[in-house]
Amino acid sequence: MTLVITILAAAIATAVWYAKAPSTDMRLGTLALIYWGAALMWCVDGINGLIEGEGFIEITDTAAMLDDAVLGVVVVAAGLVAWAIYLVAKDPKRVLRKSLVS
Amino acid sequence: MACFLVGGGEAIVVTAVRSAVKKNEIKKGVVDESGHQLTDPAQDGICWTRKLGWLMNMLWGGVILLAIEHMWHGEVVPFPPFLTAMNDPAEIPVMLGEMGTVGVGMAVLVTVAWFVVTLVADMAVKRQPETAAKGA
Repeated sequence: MTLVITILAAAIATAVWYAKAPSTDMRLGTLALIYWGAALMWCVDGINGLIEGEGFIEITDTAAMLDDAVLGVVVVAAGLVAWAIYLVAKDPKRVLRKSLVS
Repeated sequence: MACFLVGGGEAIVVTAVRSAVKKNEIKKGVVDESGHQLTDPAQDGICWTRKLGWLMNMLWGGVILLAIEHMWHGEVVPFPPFLTAMNDPAEIPVMLGEMGTVGVGMAVLVTVAWFVVTLVADMAVKRQPETAAKGA
């Protein structure tokens, strides 16, 4: 479920990035890449699970699925926090600089 | 266990390489100080500062989110030795084995995906003027 939720977040971030293009002020491409990077890495984890005889995604144990889903939401929130920190640090719209100067 | 550390190592190397490439491209007048491309991508292709930035974002993003997953599962702790597998000598070879298989696999898949994206992006920007001319 973590993988599914991350792929969903990556797809949404990509769609919003595309809708807002060519403006790059909000660095939405970076947010999309953060999620795609994690999704690809979890795909390898899923493939490893298949090789070891487990499923690609946990769907048999409801409790484990729920735990994975909550983790997915936490991971998406963490991605948003990382992006927000990146945005403030880079300050592409110079909002922080302007507000500190005025 | 600690598979994300391989991607973390690659992310550090890519960040250093991008920094050196950016300095070089600034000197050549390919990009400005903020990394924006000054040359025409349709003619010269997308600059490497930008391309390596994509890989950097994918790797750091993956590493940060996977580190959170490992913390969630209690495999990473905020105190030494940081990796719980390090507490048990029998677990260390298993952890290293996982880093060598899953960790390397993750780093390779992200890099291959990035490489394909760079090829497609270069092809797309170089094809654009032609398409625009046909449309006119």
